[in-house]
Amino acid sequence: MTAPLRLTIRRTVPVDPGAAPVAVDLAMPSDVSEVEAAVELMARHCFAGLAPCARTAFRLRVTLAEAISNAILRGNGADPTKQVWIRAELTAEVIRLSVRDEGQGLEPTRRHSPRLPAEPEQDGGRGLFIIKHLADQVEFNDRGNTIWMTLPRC
Amino acid sequence: MGFSKTVSGGGVTVVRVDGQLIVGNRQELKAVIQESLEAGERKFLIDCSHTAYIDSSGLGALVTISKKIRENGGDLRLAGLNEDLRSLFELTKLDALFHIVQTVDEGLTGF
Repeated sequence: MTAPLRLTIRRTVPVDPGAAPVAVDLAMPSDVSEVEAAVELMARHCFAGLAPCARTAFRLRVTLAEAISNAILRGNGADPTKQVWIRAELTAEVIRLSVRDEGQGLEPTRRHSPRLPAEPEQDGGRGLFIIKHLADQVEFNDRGNTIWMTLPRC
Repeated sequence: MGFSKTVSGGGVTVVRVDGQLIVGNRQELKAVIQESLEAGERKFLIDCSHTAYIDSSGLGALVTISKKIRENGGDLRLAGLNEDLRSLFELTKLDALFHIVQTVDEGLTGF
């Protein structure tokens, strides 16, 4: 039984179109059963009015699912009282996604050049590697609890 | 969205993954395979032709499932991966770990 959806969306269109992009915000609880709904909601808003190419839609869904999953499990330690905040800043050319959690942040040494597990049969440890390869650009804040991922709008 | 299981005439358990295989539903897939193993089934084919995307948790679940099936003397194949999914397996070098076939029919005939 899936938990009822408790997502909120805020869509901001700046008065000056050159000042800031359209932003879509979404807050969700640390519940892995809601990742699918969150990804679909964000994808729908990111591609509103556009016909995204399949490749971009795939990249957005995978990178977002990875980042939200990391935020819930690693950042927030799957604590249901903690939130994950997702934002998409949209321009005509790119989608800049951010995912923020309430954790202490990913250590600087683990943010750069993530590698595949040395043991191919290890079940985890591929998430950040996948994000780095599917997104055009990946950045973190200093604390390491916010990740930004840039993708083409299509 | 979810998993549907059928057993072919040749005794191959086909599990179709509809939608996505990600952190939120990977345990469900593991449970389907575990129950099938306990029921004595040993030949498995996971049909990804209706799968939109897989994240690293989903890939991890497939790795675990593959190990479990092998430990029980069984065999696992993956079929129906689109170009994006196939590239994800190649990117993570898991294409070398799995027996990947083009179509379900191809997978069934080879067992």
